Amino acid sequence: MTSLRILWAVIVREMRRFLQQRSRFFGALVRPLIWLLVFAAGFRAALGIAITPPYDTYITYDVYIVPGLVGMVQLFNGMQNSLSMVYDREMGSMRVLLTCPQPLPFLLFSRLFAGMCVSLLQVYAFLLIARLSGIDLPWQGFVSVLPALVLTGLLLGAAGMVLSSQVRQIENFAGVMNFVVFPLFFLSSALYPLWKMQEASEWVYQLCRFNPFTDAVEMIRFALYGQWQQDAIVHSLLATAVCLLLALWGYRPRQRA
Amino acid sequence: MSAALHIAGLSHRYGARQALDKLALQVDAGQCCILLGPNGAGKSTLFGLLTRLLAVREGSIRIFGQPLCARALARVGVVFQQPTLDLDLTVEQNLRYFGALQGLHGKQLILRIGAELERLQLAARRRERVRELNGGHRRRVEIARALLHRPALLLLDEPTVGLDLPTRQQLIDYLHALARDEGLALLWATHLVDEIDPQHDQLALLHRGRLLASGAVAPLLADAGCHDLGGWFQHHTGATS
Repeated sequence: MTSLRILWAVIVREMRRFLQQRSRFFGALVRPLIWLLVFAAGFRAALGIAITPPYDTYITYDVYIVPGLVGMVQLFNGMQNSLSMVYDREMGSMRVLLTCPQPLPFLLFSRLFAGMCVSLLQVYAFLLIARLSGIDLPWQGFVSVLPALVLTGLLLGAAGMVLSSQVRQIENFAGVMNFVVFPLFFLSSALYPLWKMQEASEWVYQLCRFNPFTDAVEMIRFALYGQWQQDAIVHSLLATAVCLLLALWGYRPRQRA
Repeated sequence: MSAALHIAGLSHRYGARQALDKLALQVDAGQCCILLGPNGAGKSTLFGLLTRLLAVREGSIRIFGQPLCARALARVGVVFQQPTLDLDLTVEQNLRYFGALQGLHGKQLILRIGAELERLQLAARRRERVRELNGGHRRRVEIARALLHRPALLLLDEPTVGLDLPTRQQLIDYLHALARDEGLALLWATHLVDEIDPQHDQLALLHRGRLLASGAVAPLLADAGCHDLGGWFQHHTGATS
């Protein structure tokens, strides 16, 4: 019971922080909406997507891109969360969490889970705006996608946690964006189907195939239509477990604080 | 009865640099132990070890007879040198968050928050965002937070840094009263000798990772043939306080 209360307290704290930082909320929404309403609108006329699962008919590019943008929201939230952990560590409030009388793995998981909850808020706001803007998304997909969003949020949050355990100063974080976030996003199926990538370049296709973010996006894509992509789920679960272990290792008490 | 804090043979190094060297120290209930040392003496390293931020590799730390574990930490309150409050949350939200981390909830938590804010004269500011408070009030909130779960041992890492003189003196008096009147054990790291109460405090002088002297103030001054703490500090460390 105490553990649940602590988990709840950490979630409430992260939610409050997020909602009070209004610019962060709008920033989280504006980025994918620009991709959807400007970038995808331009491509809509030029690019249609052939019938491939989970779609049972031809779809327009803006419908295709939605799961990738949902992944983008969670990816940026995971990185924002990890940036805030570096900041918290520099400013000291991370110390308060780590010195409270609870096992370290539980405390880190609480923080990760809270970050994932914040990402759900952003994703659902984005999906709602997308749906109201006329993008053809099934309403029932809003429910069926939830487990995939939880897993993706944990995966990307844990990946961010691994990074935050290794980045010692906020100033170094710009490099993370260039060397981690952009390659993860662009070398995935978020913007183009993998078969299109393969037509363009075999080695880019192979990089995309082994990118865990591709699995996360595909998991979301299928879940939005009430389907389960087993390989993507298994790969995402494995990647989440690996990232969690690495994060625990990164945050263990060590020789140098 | 076990000592509130018992440190034996504690060493720590950063690469080739020895930050702490076989430190032995004991703080009993109701005692205010001032850990005095110039910058770089090893005070922050000791606090890192006491709060599990650094791994203890050599020596031992026991809190009320227990090794340093989650259960032992439940009896410890910590005020860090750096500010550790959430600037975007209100005073009350900060305290609620910390109280929950300590396992407090419901009416008990609300009553404790009210009591601590009242005690530190912050009740009127409970709904203000921490960002809107001045340095002295922020420090008081940190102390209220550290006392919220009624710890028996309070660790203070340079708690008066950055405060103006009147606020600093108020805080010093308040902290001393916690040990004297409420029986709390205090380990208080500082490099300022005017924070010491010569009548009541125990002194531990740390320099280059080693404990040079410890005990009550009067015998320490007499042993060194010094008349005041400033001179005594300079005599041992070569630094001025």
